[in-house]
Amino acid sequence: MSVPVPAPTNPDAGSRPGLGPSARVRTRLRPPVSALIGAGIVIVMVAAIILAPWIAPYAESQFIGGVWDPPGAASWLGTDNLGRDMLTRLMYGGRNTVGIAAVTTAIAVVLGTALGFIAATVGGWVDNVMSRCIDILLSIPVLISALMVLSVLGSSVPVLIGTIGLLEATRVYLVARAVARTIAVQEFVAVARLRGEGLAWIIGREILPNALPPLIAEAGLRFCFVVLFIASLGFLGLGIQPPAADWGSMVRENAQAINFALLAPLYPAAAIAALTIGVNLVVDWLLSMYARPSGHALEL
Amino acid sequence: MALQSPKSGHVTSVGGLDRRRFLEGAVLVGGVATAGGALAALTGCTVPDDTPAGPGGALRLGMAGGSTSDVLDPRTFLDWVPINIGYQLMNGLVEIDGEGTARPELLEDWESPAVTEWIFKVRRDVLFHNGKSLDADDVIYSINLHRGDTRSPTKAVLENVLEVRKLDASRIKITLAAGDADLPATLSDYRLLVVPDGFTDWANPIGTGGYRLENFEPGVRCITRKAGQYWKPNAAHVEAIEIIVINDPVARVNALISGQVDVINRIDGRTANLMKRNARFQVVRSQTGQYAVLAMNCESDPYRNNDIRLALKYAIDRANIVKTVLNGYGTVGNDQPIPPGNRYFDASLAPHAYDPDRARFYLKKAGVERLSVTLQASEAAFSGALDVGVLFQAAAARAGIALEVRREPADGYWTNVYQKAPFCASYSDGRTTVEGALSKAYRSTSSTNDTNWRRPAFDQLANQARAETDPARRRELYGACQQMIAEDGGALIPMFMDHIEAGSQRVKGWRPSAIFDMMGQRLGEKVWLQS
Amino acid sequence: MTRLLAERAALGLLTLLAVSALLFFGTNLLPGDVASALLGQEATPEALHNIRVALGLDQPAWLRYLHWLGGALHGDFGTSLTSARSVGAQVLPRLGNTLVLAALAALVSVPLAVGLGLLSAMREGGILDRLISMLSLVTISVPEFFVGYVLTLVFAVQLGWLPSLAVMHGGMGFGERLAAIALPVATLVIVVLAHMLRMTRSALLSVMSAPYIEMAFLKGLPRSTVVLRHALPNAAAPIIAVVALNLGYLVVGVVVVEAVFVYPGAGQLMVDAVSKRDLPVVQACGLVFAATYVGLNTMADMLAIIVNPRLRRPR
Repeated sequence: MSVPVPAPTNPDAGSRPGLGPSARVRTRLRPPVSALIGAGIVIVMVAAIILAPWIAPYAESQFIGGVWDPPGAASWLGTDNLGRDMLTRLMYGGRNTVGIAAVTTAIAVVLGTALGFIAATVGGWVDNVMSRCIDILLSIPVLISALMVLSVLGSSVPVLIGTIGLLEATRVYLVARAVARTIAVQEFVAVARLRGEGLAWIIGREILPNALPPLIAEAGLRFCFVVLFIASLGFLGLGIQPPAADWGSMVRENAQAINFALLAPLYPAAAIAALTIGVNLVVDWLLSMYARPSGHALEL
Repeated sequence: MALQSPKSGHVTSVGGLDRRRFLEGAVLVGGVATAGGALAALTGCTVPDDTPAGPGGALRLGMAGGSTSDVLDPRTFLDWVPINIGYQLMNGLVEIDGEGTARPELLEDWESPAVTEWIFKVRRDVLFHNGKSLDADDVIYSINLHRGDTRSPTKAVLENVLEVRKLDASRIKITLAAGDADLPATLSDYRLLVVPDGFTDWANPIGTGGYRLENFEPGVRCITRKAGQYWKPNAAHVEAIEIIVINDPVARVNALISGQVDVINRIDGRTANLMKRNARFQVVRSQTGQYAVLAMNCESDPYRNNDIRLALKYAIDRANIVKTVLNGYGTVGNDQPIPPGNRYFDASLAPHAYDPDRARFYLKKAGVERLSVTLQASEAAFSGALDVGVLFQAAAARAGIALEVRREPADGYWTNVYQKAPFCASYSDGRTTVEGALSKAYRSTSSTNDTNWRRPAFDQLANQARAETDPARRRELYGACQQMIAEDGGALIPMFMDHIEAGSQRVKGWRPSAIFDMMGQRLGEKVWLQS
Repeated sequence: MTRLLAERAALGLLTLLAVSALLFFGTNLLPGDVASALLGQEATPEALHNIRVALGLDQPAWLRYLHWLGGALHGDFGTSLTSARSVGAQVLPRLGNTLVLAALAALVSVPLAVGLGLLSAMREGGILDRLISMLSLVTISVPEFFVGYVLTLVFAVQLGWLPSLAVMHGGMGFGERLAAIALPVATLVIVVLAHMLRMTRSALLSVMSAPYIEMAFLKGLPRSTVVLRHALPNAAAPIIAVVALNLGYLVVGVVVVEAVFVYPGAGQLMVDAVSKRDLPVVQACGLVFAATYVGLNTMADMLAIIVNPRLRRPR
C-alpha cells in the first residue's frame, strides 16, 4: 500500500529522507490555540524587549522611589530593591536575558547536536574518546568550571556566551548522541552507508530529520536552563555587570522580599516562566506535527 | 513481540529473563536498594546522641559566618562562627563592656608604672576544662601564639609589644616599644583567647570558658554543653548552645520565624523592621563603628591629586545610601574611621554632604572637565557594596563624573582586587581603641594601608596621642588626626554600618554590643531562656 | 557486553586522571592560593609566608600534583590544607549525605516523570496533557533557590508542618529525619521533574507515528500494551540519557539547595574547598563526581543496549 506520508522515525520504512514535515503540514493547516497563544506570548515579549528604549516608562537605571514600593500610578509593578521601576527593569533586562540566552542556546544546541551525531554515527573509538572528554567536562560542577574560565578570561559578554554555550553543549551532546544511536542502527542508515554516502550526508539527510522531535524539545528546555544558569553565576559575582538588568539576577536581588510577603521577585520569575511556556508551546506544536495521537485511523 | 534486527541475530533475553522482565526487575531491585540504603543512612548516624538539655534549656543560634574550613585554633579566627565558639569554650584577657570600656576577664587588674610598661595580674582560682589551674605561663603562651613567627593576623596588633615577661605565678609584665595608654583595650582582640601552656590539640580545644565542646561539624553545626562550675559570676545560664551555620540570608530568617533557632545574626535593615512588627521577636542593634570604605590609591592617577579625591567625596549622596541600602540602620560617615559614638569623635569636623557643585569646583581646580573613574566592588567587600556603587554612579553623574561600577567575582576578591585596584570597595570592623582604628590602615608603616596614604606628620600625631594620658589633650590630638584623614586621605567612608540581630522574645539578658554583634560574640554565656 | 564494560572501565580511569589534572591546574590558575584565601582581608606578608611554608606550597605545582597522584594511587588522598584533617574523613560523610539526598529525589522524581510523561503522550492534546505541560514548564523556569524559598515559606513558616533546615543529629527518630529531609527532596524533585517528563513525552510522540504502532493498534492491542511494549523501548534512548543527566545533576550540582537548607552535602564542600583553594579536598570531590558521571553514562549506555539490542553492534 502506498502511504503518501512516511513517518520520520519509522524503523522499517526504508529511506525516504526527502519527505518530512512539509507533507504533514498539509494535514494540519491551522495551528491549535495553544500554539497561537505561545507564539503570541513570545512575539509580545520580544517586541517589548526590542522596543524598550522607546516604550519603557523610565531609563534603565533610574531611581524613582523607595525600596519595594507597591504598584501605583507612577510605577505599574512597583519598585525593585533599590527603588527603580520594576517594569522598566524587566524590559531592559529582557534584552540581556533573551539576547544572551538565545545566542548561547543556539551555540549549545548546534555544537552539542553536531558532536553527538558524529559520535553516534562514526562510533568506535571516536565515540569513546569524545564521550569521555564530555564526561570530564560534566564531572566538574558547572559553577566551578564557569568560575575557572571566567576568572581567567574575564566576564565580558562574548566570553560568557562561549563558556555557557560550551558547558550546556555537553548536556545536549548526551541527548543528541542517544537519539542518533537509535537511528544510526536502523536499516535505512545501513543501506545509505552501503551506497557509499559520506558522513555529512548520512547525518544531514538520514539522522537529523528523524531526530528532530526530541531535539526540538531539548532545545526548548535548554533555553530555560541557560537563563537560570546566567542567574546563578550572579551568586559568584560573575555574569552581567551592574547596573544592567537580567531576569535571573533580578529574581536573586529581590528574593528577600518574599520574607515580607511582597511580590517583587515574582515579576522576573513570571517573565522567565512566561517566555519558557511560550517557547515550549510552540515547540509542542512542532512536535505534534510529527506525531499522530494514538488510536486515530491511518491516513491513506 | 520482540523487536529484533534480522542482522544481529541476537536473542533478546539476558540470562534467561526476557528483556522486559529484566527491566522491570532491575527497576524494582534498584528501587528497593536505594530505598534501603537511604533508610539505613537515615537511621544510622555518625553523630553522638544529644541528651535533652537540663533546666537552663538549649540556646540555638542560626549564624552566618561559618565554612567547612573552620578550625578551632584562635590564630585562624576570621569569621563569626569560630569566634563565637571560641568565646564559649575559652575566655579572653580583657572584655569590652556595653559602653566600650575595658573590663577585666582573665586579667584581673592592671597598672602602668611607666608609659611603656604594664603589669597585669592574672586571675586566680580559675580552672581549665581538664582541671589545670590558670597561671601566668598559660597567659604568656597564649599571647605568644600571636607573636613572632606566626600566621596570626593579630601579630600586627601586637607589633608594639617588645616583651612579655613572667613576674611570678600570677603576674606578667608587658614592655612596649612606644607608649600606649590603651593597652588593656587592645588586649581584648578576639584572637587572644587563653589555652593551657603548650597546648596544640585544636581538634579538642580546652579553655576556661563556661562550655565544653561536644560536637563540631565545620560549616554545619556545633554543640557545646555547660562545663560545670564557671568562675565568672552570673554567666553561663543555658545548659547547651547549638550553632547552626546558615549563610543564606533568606533561610536564616525563615529558620527564626519557623522556630528552628532562637537567635539569628546579620540581618539587614529591611528585615529588622519586619521583625520589629512581630511581637514574638526582638531586634538588637549594635553600633560598633563598622564602616564601609571606597579606597582610593593615593599613589596612582588620578587619585594622586587631592582635589580629585575631594571631588569624589562630595559627589556621593551619603544620606540616600544609608536610607536605601541600610534602611536607616547606620550612620553617615565623614571619610574618617572614628564613629560618632566614640568618646574621641570630633564633632566639629565639617560634614562632606552631597554637593555636586562643590564636586565640580574641585574638578575644575584639578584642571579636569569630565572625570572618568572605575570603582571595583563585590558583595565580598561588604553586603550592599554593589548597590552603593550603583547609587554612587547615579549621584556622581550629576557632578560631571562618569563612574563605572565593575563587579568583581567574590572569589579571590581580597587577593586580586583589594590593595591592587586603584579604586575599590572594602570594609573595616570597629576597633576597641582609636589607635587600633588608625594603625590598621592609616599609619605609613602599616602593611594594610589600603590607600597608600603616607604622611609622617600624621604618624607623629598618632604616636603622641597614643601615649597621651590627659583626656582633653588626647581629644585634641585625635581630633587633628581625624581632620587629616577626612580632608586629605584616600578613604571615602560613606557610612558606618550597624550590626543587627534578631531573636525570640524568650531570650533574656540580651544587650547591644560596643565592639561587634552577638554581645561581642559572648552571647552564649550571657543570656538565659525564659521558660 | 563484558568487553564493553572492561573498555569503559579502562577509559573511565583515564577520565578520572584527566579530571584530577584539570581541577588541580585549573584551581591553580585562579587568583591566590590557600594562604591568601584563608587570611582574606587580613593578609600580611609574614602571615602568608608562614602558612605557605607550613603547607609545602613553595614547591612547584607539577611536583605537588605528582605527590598527590602518588598518594592517591595508594588510597591516601592527603590531608585538607585548611583543617589538617584527613581528606577521606572529611569527604566521605558529606558524600554519603549527598547520595542519600540524590537517591531519595531520584526515587520520587524518575517514576513520577516517566509516568506523567507517558500519560501526557498517550493523551496528547487533552486537558491532562496541557495541565501537566503547563505545570512542568512553570516549575522548570523558576530558579532552584526560589523553589526552595517558596516551599520553606509555605510548609515551614506558614503551616509549620516541616522544619526549614535539614539539620539532623543523633537521637532523632526516623520520622523526624524524614521530615527534615522532606523539603530539600521536594525542591529537587520539582527542579528535575520537568526535563525528564518532557523528554519522555516528546520521545514517545515521535515514535507513536510509526507504521508498526498503527499495526499494533489495528491488531487490536490495548493502548497501554502498545505504548509500553512497542513504543517505549524504541523511545528509550533519549529518555535514559536525560534521566542519567538529571541523576548526575542530583549528585554533582545541588550546591544551591544544600546552601538554602543547610544540608551538609559534597557540593557545598567542593565549592568551599575551591574558594579556599584547598586542593586535596577539591581533587577528592572531583574524582567522586567524575566517577559518578562515568558510572551513570556507562549504565545509561548499557541500559540502552539492553532495551534496544541493535545498539550492541552499532555498525
